[in-house]
Amino acid sequence: MFRWIFISTLMLAGQAVLSANTLRVCKSCPVSSIKAAIQQARPCDTVFVETGIYKEGNILIDKELTLIGRGQPVLDGEGKTEIVTIAANHVHFEGFVLRNVGTSYSEDRAGIRLKEVSDFYVKGNRVENAFFGIYLQKSKNGTIDGNEVVGEAKDEVSSGNAIHLWYCDNILIINNKTIGHRDGIYLEFVNFSTVQGNYSERNVRYGLHFMFSNDDVYRGNTFHDNGAGVAVMYSRRIGMFSNYFEKNWGPAAYGLLLKEIHDGQIEGNTFQENTVGIFAETSNRIVYSKNQFIQNGWALKISGGCQTNNLTQNNFIGNSFDLAVHSAGTDNKFDGNFWSDYAGYDLDKNGIGDVPHRPMKLFSFVVSKTPESLVLLRSLFVDILNFSEKVSPIFTPENVVDNAPLMKVVEPDR
Amino acid sequence: MFKILKYSFYDLIRSRWTYSYGGFYLLFTLSLLWLSNDLSKVVISLMNVVLLLCPLIATMFGVMVYYNSREFTELLLAQPVRRTSIFLGQYLGVAGSLSASWVIGVGMPFALYGVFGSPQAANFLMLLFVGVVLSFVFSAIAFFIALKNENRIKGFGLAILAWLFFAVIYDGLLLLSLSMLTEYPLEKFSLIASVLNPIDLSRILILLKLDVSALMGFTGAVFRKFLGTGLGMVVAFAVLLLWVVGPVVGIKRVAERKDF
Repeated sequence: MFRWIFISTLMLAGQAVLSANTLRVCKSCPVSSIKAAIQQARPCDTVFVETGIYKEGNILIDKELTLIGRGQPVLDGEGKTEIVTIAANHVHFEGFVLRNVGTSYSEDRAGIRLKEVSDFYVKGNRVENAFFGIYLQKSKNGTIDGNEVVGEAKDEVSSGNAIHLWYCDNILIINNKTIGHRDGIYLEFVNFSTVQGNYSERNVRYGLHFMFSNDDVYRGNTFHDNGAGVAVMYSRRIGMFSNYFEKNWGPAAYGLLLKEIHDGQIEGNTFQENTVGIFAETSNRIVYSKNQFIQNGWALKISGGCQTNNLTQNNFIGNSFDLAVHSAGTDNKFDGNFWSDYAGYDLDKNGIGDVPHRPMKLFSFVVSKTPESLVLLRSLFVDILNFSEKVSPIFTPENVVDNAPLMKVVEPDR
Repeated sequence: MFKILKYSFYDLIRSRWTYSYGGFYLLFTLSLLWLSNDLSKVVISLMNVVLLLCPLIATMFGVMVYYNSREFTELLLAQPVRRTSIFLGQYLGVAGSLSASWVIGVGMPFALYGVFGSPQAANFLMLLFVGVVLSFVFSAIAFFIALKNENRIKGFGLAILAWLFFAVIYDGLLLLSLSMLTEYPLEKFSLIASVLNPIDLSRILILLKLDVSALMGFTGAVFRKFLGTGLGMVVAFAVLLLWVVGPVVGIKRVAERKDF
């Protein structure tokens, strides 16, 4: 018996040397466990893992390896441990299904953890029923591409984030799907990174969440029916381009929540059927341009302490309230937008209305003071009230005015 | 009673007013549909119309018909017919013809545009229903006021005032009280207060159907929770029914005792 093992090991070693740098793992192969394969492999080798269910607890990748799952092999954590830990640079990890990472209140267990590494590539994996999906800590120069992280989070306390980045630099997160976690994608202290083409749905808290992260861009993502679409907090110079925020409904649901954001750019996004399209708090020097606000409860809520924001070339179409600005005396600009309820005229036919438009209605002001008065939405009395305020503004802030309202919808660039 | 209802109904259905009223809805709905082609948007526009016009026209019409048919009524009173059946018959004739103009005027263009079978069908039926109920409620109130007042000017004035109260003043008072009591939890209060006014209740029923409710945030959630359930709907319909039955009972009582 022992001799047989000895011989087969020798043979295996020989084979490894001969075939230079590929290894196969399957149930009937000489190497039937991933852990063993990693142990045997040398840096720069490729390990192919064939279809099957592998219950090996925590798998540590501590060498420069390429691991590729063929036919979606399943790594099952059986609800007890973290599944894959990548602790070496230049790791390529592709095509696995990771299942059942147990919830823990003392440690952040993840489906895939990248620990202080660089130049990695994590592609096309599926993480199911995990506490945290893909967890990056102190890593840089890597790509998270086309993964699917699906959970069934019920509340914020007992769930983790689908893709979680902490102290990372220069990461590309592209074409991932994050469903049913706490946050879809969470970035904390992450700089110079790009989040692109991802899809977030039914996450309990936010679809995408920035904290203390600077100089990042997110582009072309879709946020559907999350607690709130995107929350950007305490960050600077964030670019937000061509994203879709739709159907983020509920008592405290926003398409986009901005808190202490400076020098951001919000361009070409679509906000459709959200309770609140954008809610901005103490956010300064932000340019909002070419966005579509369609059929939201509130298109844009700007609370106190927001200064020097510029709103231009946006379309406001069929929102219950276009704008609610909470503080007077700020120097925000609202010129050159299209408002679907603009009632002015354009005698000189230059495409710009001759009468300034006041996007903030009196009722919007009243509702911000007494939320319950929303009961009277669309009633005759409210229409009369709005009309009289429009004729001679008394309550609504004097400087919330579009001096050059557009007569026609701004065509998107696409 | 049914004979009188029939006479009154046919008399009204042949009158110029009913035609022009129905014709107005027909033209209005057609032009809206022609302009926007989006059924859901037209339903929203019509909501504003139904909440404003149906009660107003019903009020005016009710008072007018009562005063104009006074001689006929006196003639009828000389016959061996029960009083209640005379007045109820007349009232039902007015309400019925108004509802018929509304349903036909709005219903035909929508049917032409194929509302049945589209996802808007339920919203549209709710709109029709609300229009009918409001016609019944406000013509009953108008009849009641007219019966009470011999003086036509006074009757007209009171009827218009009643309409103004439900359409505008009530909401103003509600808003005032809400903003004065803003320190207190007001969800229940605002819910009850708006259910009590037939116009407000109709408005909220339509808004909820059109799913604008989903956009109403916290307060909207309260409404959805109440009116979105079976019980809430039953309560809402019961309140609307009460608003018809109440004035009708009033008409009956006044009619039985009135000295002509």
